[in-house]
Amino acid sequence: MKTSRRNFLKASGACLLGLTLWPAVKGFAGNSTEYNTSSKALAGKKWGLVIDMKKCWPKYQEGCRKCFLACQRAHNIPDIANKEEEIKWIWTEPYENAFPDGEHEYIPEIIKGKPFIVLCNHCENPPCVRVCPTKATFKRRDGIVMMDYHRCIGCRYCMAACPYGARSFNFSDPRPFIKEVNPEFPTREKGVVEKCNFCAERVDTGQLPACVEACPAEALIFGDLEDPNSGIRKILASRYTVQRKPELGTRPSVYYLI
Amino acid sequence: MNDSRYIITGLIVFIVLVTFPFWANAGKAAPPAPAPSLDTPAIQQLPEKQCVEATAYMRTDHMKLLDEWRTRVVREGKRIYVASNGKEYEMSLEKTCLQCHSSKAQFCDQCHNYLDVQPDCWTCHIEPKESK
Repeated sequence: MKTSRRNFLKASGACLLGLTLWPAVKGFAGNSTEYNTSSKALAGKKWGLVIDMKKCWPKYQEGCRKCFLACQRAHNIPDIANKEEEIKWIWTEPYENAFPDGEHEYIPEIIKGKPFIVLCNHCENPPCVRVCPTKATFKRRDGIVMMDYHRCIGCRYCMAACPYGARSFNFSDPRPFIKEVNPEFPTREKGVVEKCNFCAERVDTGQLPACVEACPAEALIFGDLEDPNSGIRKILASRYTVQRKPELGTRPSVYYLI
Repeated sequence: MNDSRYIITGLIVFIVLVTFPFWANAGKAAPPAPAPSLDTPAIQQLPEKQCVEATAYMRTDHMKLLDEWRTRVVREGKRIYVASNGKEYEMSLEKTCLQCHSSKAQFCDQCHNYLDVQPDCWTCHIEPKESK
């Protein structure tokens, strides 16, 4: 059989086109894998938290640490006594440290030096996300500022950028410091940064954050900031609330009732 | 051409070194491939002994599947995997995979050691306690 040069070129062209299109065809036709959000997931466009310190203090001063303990258990947070290496997701700061610009010498006794519960603010404009070179820290669509520990290289830019000190670095292997291991949540490893994740794993499966659920005084109120009918918005509309360091423009999603 | 003997000697040494693994192992049978035992209590209790996907696919592509799962869960908040047979599974190493494959030594280490690959999943994810 004889093939003319023209026919040979035509056939080659057709083969080449086929080879080029094949991956695209496979991508469209063969791939039927689906990934869904859980049907139980809490629906919200922008999660926020109100902390009512007046409800918290009477319990807190009596030694209630239920929110801290619930968080610690849920997320395998190591209990490291050394202040320089401790891991903090939710903890307390005296008023003067939590609200440095709200402090003056005549502040009422009721808040002076009182412990305020602080955690990651899940900012609208998170500086930690902006500086992360690997995109290990990112903001989800529902406003939760998350960390992908698989990607964290431990450069700690985010710690330098966070104006709230909400991030901790694992200077050593955290596993020996975990009292009670929760097998359903991974631990972290040496050399990564970690912080509060607003219980994204619980919100995605229809549960409230562990701290909110554990609070016996119901001092922590979690809800959707974009839903005008949500409980959290009703509180924000009816009571005077403060945020930490609002002047920085990070727009925190955590509000305080004093 | 004055340096030819150095060059040729060098080349021979280079070729011998580079091909060392081939001729050193020539004629020897490869060690038998491990056959992980799937005889865990959880699997025994399953009415239908079927993983999230077919065994052949899991054997060759579990790493791609897990990689995809982690992206979907961590970065997109999607936690449900719809398998090709339509069944839904939670995408979780701890809550899904390890519930059936409860022996890490049997199920993971055996093959990974054989192939000399060291995934670092277990520095964070908690391996199941061996119930023996």
